[in-house]
Amino acid sequence: MQETAANGAAREAAAGPRGDGLGGEGRGVESGSADRPCAVRLTDLDITFRLADRSTFTAVRNASLALADGEFVAIVGPTGCGKSTLLNASAGLLTPAAGSVEIFGAPLAGLNRQAGYLFQADALFPWKTAVENVAIGLEIAGTRTAEARERAKTWLGRVGLATFADRYPHMLSGGQRKRVALAQVLIRDPKILLMDEPFGPLDAQTRQIMGNLLLDLWSSDRKGVLFVTHDLEEAIALADRVVIMSAGPAARIIGDWTIPLARPRDIAEIKLDKAFHDLHREIWAVLREEVMKGYIQTGGAE
Amino acid sequence: MNRATLLALQVLVAVVVVGLWHVLTSVPIFGTVLLPPFFFSRPSDVAMRIWQWFADGSVWKHLWITLTESVLAFVIGSLGGALVGFWFARKPLVAAVFDPYVKMVNALPRVVLAPIFALWLGLGIWSKVALGITLVFFVVFFNVYQGVKEVSPTVLANGRMLGMSERQLMRHVYWPSALSWMFSSLHTSVGFAVVGAVVGEYLGSAAGLGYLIQQAEGVFDVAGVFAGMAVLAAFVIVIDIGVSMVERRLLVWRPATPDTHG
Ligand SMILES: Nc1ncnc2c1ncn2[C@@H]1O[C@H](COP(=O)(O)OP(=O)(O)OP(=O)(O)O)[C@@H](O)[C@H]1O
Ligand SMILES: [Mg+2]
Repeated sequence: MQETAANGAAREAAAGPRGDGLGGEGRGVESGSADRPCAVRLTDLDITFRLADRSTFTAVRNASLALADGEFVAIVGPTGCGKSTLLNASAGLLTPAAGSVEIFGAPLAGLNRQAGYLFQADALFPWKTAVENVAIGLEIAGTRTAEARERAKTWLGRVGLATFADRYPHMLSGGQRKRVALAQVLIRDPKILLMDEPFGPLDAQTRQIMGNLLLDLWSSDRKGVLFVTHDLEEAIALADRVVIMSAGPAARIIGDWTIPLARPRDIAEIKLDKAFHDLHREIWAVLREEVMKGYIQTGGAE
Repeated sequence: MNRATLLALQVLVAVVVVGLWHVLTSVPIFGTVLLPPFFFSRPSDVAMRIWQWFADGSVWKHLWITLTESVLAFVIGSLGGALVGFWFARKPLVAAVFDPYVKMVNALPRVVLAPIFALWLGLGIWSKVALGITLVFFVVFFNVYQGVKEVSPTVLANGRMLGMSERQLMRHVYWPSALSWMFSSLHTSVGFAVVGAVVGEYLGSAAGLGYLIQQAEGVFDVAGVFAGMAVLAAFVIVIDIGVSMVERRLLVWRPATPDTHG
């Protein structure tokens, strides 16, 4: 029953016009989606893990989600519900047990070459300096080293780390590492961005700065973004759509809200907006229930 | 503690030990010399002997031979260990097939191989090099194997998502990780190379520090034995300093850890 509702919501989001707050900026999401394929379309996805004792664990069941090209979708859900798992499936790092993953209309086989992935855990190469880490994506694609380094320096400047180019990852703070990782992904100019709690380890102020930075970079050339976070406020402030996942196991997508707040946005200011509060209250009412469920389930399992 | 104090304390330890050694072997206590010089020699005799070796230049030849053997054993053993370790880590089937044999050979005390190598390769340097290789190979092999196996899955996935081919993954992910493990065991493998050379020389040869010590023992020349040991110790310390310097240059990307080599 609920599954049909979730699927319905996802399909509607992909196909039909919803929300009009973005129309004023001439965004092409709604008008273009009829003929242009979605950047990412997950349909009835089941993802299972084989555990050490040979039993299987169904992390995600019947999840459907569509990300239009140029759209910013935030995924929110209680911890352990399967947000990273969904991103891994979209990246091609995980093969779903059932259902399909389509990238720009084509079924995904192997790795998703069109996507850039900002991982939840530290993923920088510890043996490369910041600038080498950022440049590597270009170098392996055949760009000459000197040119790749030059462009990497520009990108480090954009994320505010120009003077840290020659530091190794262990000499950077958690937030600085995340920014290097962001530059590392963005320099390749992927068509789709998968971001897994990119601001997870940061303090509130830095999160705001990073959020604004991300919106800045994103608005200059809009890519499809799947943005995982556990912070509902952040999700509403950043995204065009907020998607809520149920508590696991067998997590589904149980809600899908269009965020009709005008762009460009400033994260700090938008949180004072009345429309923001109304949305927050509405979504939180659903999310809170799931967070409580998730909490009870993990508590009961121990 | 600052460097000067540390150095002073280190020197103090040497002075006390040598001083005790001198007193116990030269000054009668309650009418007897506690350590008869025939068995324990005297610091002054040992120093004289070392001086004599360096003055007439005879020791250089032995040092050179031991150094050559150690370096050859280290280079060949490391290359072999790194290549095979890499290969096994990337091909689990090969690793599974050879696993019991690797364990078997590694469990073997290498000393028993020395006579066989002498038989096969003669009494020249190659039988010593071979002995050193059997020691160095396994240290490097296990570390490289581990290094490739323990690459962080996230870093690996990141490499893939950034578009690396298998070959590029080798070069930018597996290899640096394996090298860092290999270098963390550099002191051990260099030490083993020297051990292999000296033990090989001791068991049968015509030159090298091991030979020098063995010759002295053969004629109950305790001063010669101690002098040989002292030269060997100095030799190892010099090599170890060199290794530390190489290590510092190659592993700049690693967080500083408390000094743990030994
Ligand atoms: N390799 C695995 N083997 C078995 N179970 C796994 C594996 N990876 C993830 N899981 C399980 O799948 C569920 C979803 O994990 P996932 O990492 O997607 O959660 P998440 O929503 O990203 O959580 P968080 O917000 O804490 O990052 C969890 O219950 C987790 O225990
Ligand atoms: Mg996660």
